[in-house]
Amino acid sequence: LVFTEEDKYDLYSNLLFKYFLAEGVVCGHDLFVASAKEHPDNILKELPAPLLGDTYGKELGDEAAAVKSEDFQDSMKIAWRYQNLPKMEASPTTYTKFGHYYDVSKKMSPELCQSVKCHSFYLHEELSSEPTMKTCNMNSGYARLLQSIQRIISQEGFDGSDPQKKQRNVLRIGIQSLGSILWGDDVCCSDTPEDTHSLTKFLYVLRGLLRKSLSACIITVPAHLIQNKAIMERVTNLSDMVVGLESFIGSERETNPLYKDYHGLVHVHQIPRLNSLICDVSDTKDLAFRLKRKLFTIERLHLPPDLSDTVSRASKQDLAGSAKLLSSGCGAMAIGKKHLDF
Amino acid sequence: QGKFTLLRDTRTDGNFLVHHFLSFYLRAGCKVCFVALLQSFSHYNIVAQKLGVSLAAAKERGQLIFLEGLKSCLDLVFGEEEQPGQPSPLQFLSGSTSDLRALFDFVRVSLTPADGDSWKGPVLLVDDLSVLLSLGAAPVAVLDFMHYCRMSVCCQLKGNVVVLVHSNEDSEDEENELVVNSLCHHSDLILWAEGLATGFCKDVHGQIKIIKRLSLRQAAAQDLVQIYQYKIQDRNVTFFARGLSAAVL
Repeated sequence: LVFTEEDKYDLYSNLLFKYFLAEGVVCGHDLFVASAKEHPDNILKELPAPLLGDTYGKELGDEAAAVKSEDFQDSMKIAWRYQNLPKMEASPTTYTKFGHYYDVSKKMSPELCQSVKCHSFYLHEELSSEPTMKTCNMNSGYARLLQSIQRIISQEGFDGSDPQKKQRNVLRIGIQSLGSILWGDDVCCSDTPEDTHSLTKFLYVLRGLLRKSLSACIITVPAHLIQNKAIMERVTNLSDMVVGLESFIGSERETNPLYKDYHGLVHVHQIPRLNSLICDVSDTKDLAFRLKRKLFTIERLHLPPDLSDTVSRASKQDLAGSAKLLSSGCGAMAIGKKHLDF
Repeated sequence: QGKFTLLRDTRTDGNFLVHHFLSFYLRAGCKVCFVALLQSFSHYNIVAQKLGVSLAAAKERGQLIFLEGLKSCLDLVFGEEEQPGQPSPLQFLSGSTSDLRALFDFVRVSLTPADGDSWKGPVLLVDDLSVLLSLGAAPVAVLDFMHYCRMSVCCQLKGNVVVLVHSNEDSEDEENELVVNSLCHHSDLILWAEGLATGFCKDVHGQIKIIKRLSLRQAAAQDLVQIYQYKIQDRNVTFFARGLSAAVL
């Protein structure tokens, strides 16, 4: 269960959502798209087109070649201890076999999209019949969505209930803007919502459905609107993976020289720890994303060397403040509140 | 015997302690009732196999009684009308009752020794209690449930109870903090796994504070506090004194 906190204007998280669905199409998985905001068919029409191996390799190849020509194998004289560290690679330069790459400027062709079965759930079009499940005091929009998911899972045999079916497939579920007012939940509007438990109950039942079947789910939530932090803590506990996207649009970080190459930060709050005692933690926690003309990339955030002649006090404090945010790590391992002052 | 152990985690995941206690008690030959609210049976099974215990076999021979919360919840929500003789342990979800009596009855029935049982002491293991609050149980109901469990398992049956809760220093989840603080006061032993104050580190995953609450049983005694740091590996966890991780030495 991948839980994504939306950025303020929902530009980038929407992109991530579409990537998840597009990957499903390319891998031949079935899709289930649910939304209260826009019709799922519209979402499906706007999936990015997959990049074929050659074009992507070529694009990256050009960039990498430009960089390499300036690289010498100089042996370092003063900072020789750093010689042994691997060269910092901001983005993957080799084309790995895991996953696919997508071209954001092109739309996926309708034939490709129709090659997989897509189920959709648009809240405003659903019949207003009473669900046959026990709603357990849950918001009726959520209850109907759960009913619909459960029905698809058991009908299409994702939970292994149909032994006749030889080919088992995976169901990719995408739910957009959960928790927003469009679903009938006021958790985003007020500090003390009427029903504090609908969202968490929904997530628990969804988690049960996912564990029982061959499915994966991504949810985007406008977390910046949820004022009740207790709910966010509970929701984090109930999800396997929690990722937050923070875009720089409209914030003071847009003009911060530290971030001039990027469009936003990626905060990984929690990573899944399934079937083992430990989880696979990467070396670095500081990730930033940027939207180039054709690609959306997530890279390691590295500080450029501070080469300014006049180092003013204000900018130093700014950078220190940002550095403090950078070092807050992910929740499955330790998060530090204080940082060591140098 | 008769001890209540609280597992607490802050800013990190204390699940490795749950896996440890599960395999520890099964290997010791105790009858274990495991209320697993957050993960599926296969998750615990796979990790337990790495630790050298087979949960499936334990279930077969009746040593382990496993309540898979997620599955129970699905049965309750999507299943047909339940038979009157077998109420679901998670009945409070449907809103018909507001207390956790059904869950307690399940625990009590599982751990009451049946004829022909030759297991050493009963053990109740809960992972994790904070989920009950997310599902709509009131803090008072959760505390009542724990109280009943403690009385019946620790005092009457002379068994042990181990419970995992999450907490945060500046958490805004008041209900959770209320439950955690109350349980802390009633525990005999508190194992508190925390993330390092200085942030993420690859070699030291966190620190664990072991608090033996001697002041609970004796009026003038002081609690004994020990602090170690730990690193989690694939099959076990290594503990070491602060500052002495293998990466430093």
